[in-house]
Amino acid sequence: MSTTLEVPTDPVTARELPYLTAVNEALAQSMRADPDVFVAGEDIAAYGGVFGTHRGLLEEFGARRVVDTPISEAAIIGLATGAAVCGLRPVVDIMFMDFLGVAMDQIANQAAKLKYMFGGEATLPMTVTTWAGAGLSAAAQHSQSLEAWLCHVPGLKVAMPATPYDAKGLLVAAIRDDNPTFVVGNKLLLGATGPVPEELYEVPLGVARTARDGDALTIVALGRMVPEALAAAERMAADGIEVAVLDPRTLSPLDVDTIVSSVRATNRVLVVHEAVRFGGFGAEIAAQVQEHAFDHLDAPVARVGAPFAPVPFSPALEREYVPDSARIEAAARELVTRRLPGA
Amino acid sequence: MAPSPARTGSTRTRARGTRSTPPAAGAEVLADLHRRMVRIRRFEEAAGRLMEAGSIPGFLHLYVGQEAVAAGVIAHLSERDQITSTHRGHGHLVAKGGDLARMYAELFGRATGYCRGKGGSMHVCDLALGMLGANGIVGGGVPIAVGAGFADWYRGEGNVSVAFFGDGASNIGSFHEAANMAAALKLPVVLVCENNLYGEFTPQARHQAIRDVAARAGAYGMPGEVVDGMDAVAVWQAAGSAIARARAGEGPSMLEAKTYRYYDHQGVSGLRISYRSDEEVEEWKARDAIAAIEVRMMEGGVATREQVEAVHDEIRAEIDAAIALAEAAPFPTPDDLLDDVYTEPSR
Ligand SMILES: Cc1ncc(C[n+]2csc(CCOP(=O)(O)OP(=O)(O)O)c2C)c(N)n1
Ligand SMILES: [Mg+2]
Repeated sequence: MSTTLEVPTDPVTARELPYLTAVNEALAQSMRADPDVFVAGEDIAAYGGVFGTHRGLLEEFGARRVVDTPISEAAIIGLATGAAVCGLRPVVDIMFMDFLGVAMDQIANQAAKLKYMFGGEATLPMTVTTWAGAGLSAAAQHSQSLEAWLCHVPGLKVAMPATPYDAKGLLVAAIRDDNPTFVVGNKLLLGATGPVPEELYEVPLGVARTARDGDALTIVALGRMVPEALAAAERMAADGIEVAVLDPRTLSPLDVDTIVSSVRATNRVLVVHEAVRFGGFGAEIAAQVQEHAFDHLDAPVARVGAPFAPVPFSPALEREYVPDSARIEAAARELVTRRLPGA
Repeated sequence: MAPSPARTGSTRTRARGTRSTPPAAGAEVLADLHRRMVRIRRFEEAAGRLMEAGSIPGFLHLYVGQEAVAAGVIAHLSERDQITSTHRGHGHLVAKGGDLARMYAELFGRATGYCRGKGGSMHVCDLALGMLGANGIVGGGVPIAVGAGFADWYRGEGNVSVAFFGDGASNIGSFHEAANMAAALKLPVVLVCENNLYGEFTPQARHQAIRDVAARAGAYGMPGEVVDGMDAVAVWQAAGSAIARARAGEGPSMLEAKTYRYYDHQGVSGLRISYRSDEEVEEWKARDAIAAIEVRMMEGGVATREQVEAVHDEIRAEIDAAIALAEAAPFPTPDDLLDDVYTEPSR
């Protein structure tokens, strides 16, 4: 869709909503605004979604537009792909991000590439909502953050909202966007509250947000690590160290300019995500920073992420596994003390 | 929605050959099925209580109500026969002779658990007993059972593999690919669908356009049979023929047990919306497999009420001891985190 919806209300003065409700509102308002938008997924209609994201939609929009599917992830993505090629605007849900594995051919070989393979003939205005993240003792097949899988595939867009405001705005933008777009939510953020304007609005895809200003260091944090990074930054501010926190909000396309200009000002950068560090999206950010701001760096680009292991079940292990504000703070404090050789 | 007796067995799609009438279940078989079912029931009831009390983190999918299926099938298997299970997997491991203390320890996330605390409820396994794991991915275990069946066929020692899966899982591609491959390669595999009429909160009628999952067997060129999953003896008889067929090298079969879970999809209670009626739940509970086999044992004169109750008491004591052992077990330490990702030691 061509026009971007502006934000009519000052976000700071808007009412507070939980992330969960913001998602729900984005779906409902998008469906009211466009009769071609429909939602489908496992237990999203009669039950309202296992996390409650789709509550009330069946009652308002009926079974033609709110569709419970069989447990068939490949066919769910295929349903969206085919319907999108034929002009509808599907918003399908994959309950746990881990289940993308079941649907990966339809995602990476079909939806992502149809437009290109057909020489631009096809348009796929489809959205996939999915739920990532550890911390619930849900173990290795219900806890992963797999955004890097998606970002490696040209043709897909990938958003990762960290606040209720962005959850609504990015989901609306994804629905209105004409490309296959994934909105990767985090299960532990569903209860987080924040200001959310009542109107239908978009947060444009590909635009980062400065969550906090600072001059000592830039932390680029993804998804649920944004509030963790902010907590670490608050503690460091008490010691007079002002840390900037950037939330890319969209990973693909990535707002490299905002990241690079912040790093040019702070000369230090720490990249943080919940996903496994090795081969994670942080590696791409680190590479972009050194490509565009190498001469401005006073220290190597640092990364915090999960260790190279599946997500463990036992709280005793999962605690050690998932990055948190303490680990971010430790890495950040280490980074601000680094001096260039000879400096 | 209880299956009427007339419907049960109606979709026999035997591909070829005739089968002799199933053997009658003697006193020993009844006692064995009963004991397996009571062990599952007591294990699960206690697990539910422990979860409500906060001892079990994460998800818990209880098997209560479906005991006759695990018991009736697994009674035919030795530890050299493999099974794959589902997210609702405790019952299969208990029926296969799982160590209850190691199971509880795993549910509690302790270092002495079956998976050293790394897997939890959804990944309990015992490879020595031929239990290749519960599974967090719906349908994920079915192809693995085909691989295990391939290994059985390859070695030619007469062992078989059994995949347990739900009605909901019969809609996922991995099930269909696995069924076809097992039939095409004529592997010693039995596919056991536990049709409890719901996939999570969606009733069967809204997730597939068939009543009998076993009807799909014919499409893959294997026999399929529907059995009353609340009747352990009926399951035992039907599974006996399917497993014998696999052992004899005649290829895979599908068995569909009509059954019911008494608790919520996950956890014990906490229904946010009601997706099934209290009457329906009560109707199925009235056909409880354990109560039924107890009546049968007592009426058939193979056990007295006292003997039946003694089994419950004995198992209750076994459960209490297992829980106590698991509760005393240590949690894993951070040093364990990177172990087991690869065969090479991490430190
Ligand atoms: C690939 C995949 N999709 C979805 C889920 C979420 N999920 C877990 S259990 C379940 C329902 C399974 O239904 P069924 O196979 O009938 O087994 P039951 O729970 O009834 O025992 C669903 C949808 C999952 N774990 N894996
Ligand atoms: Mg089911």
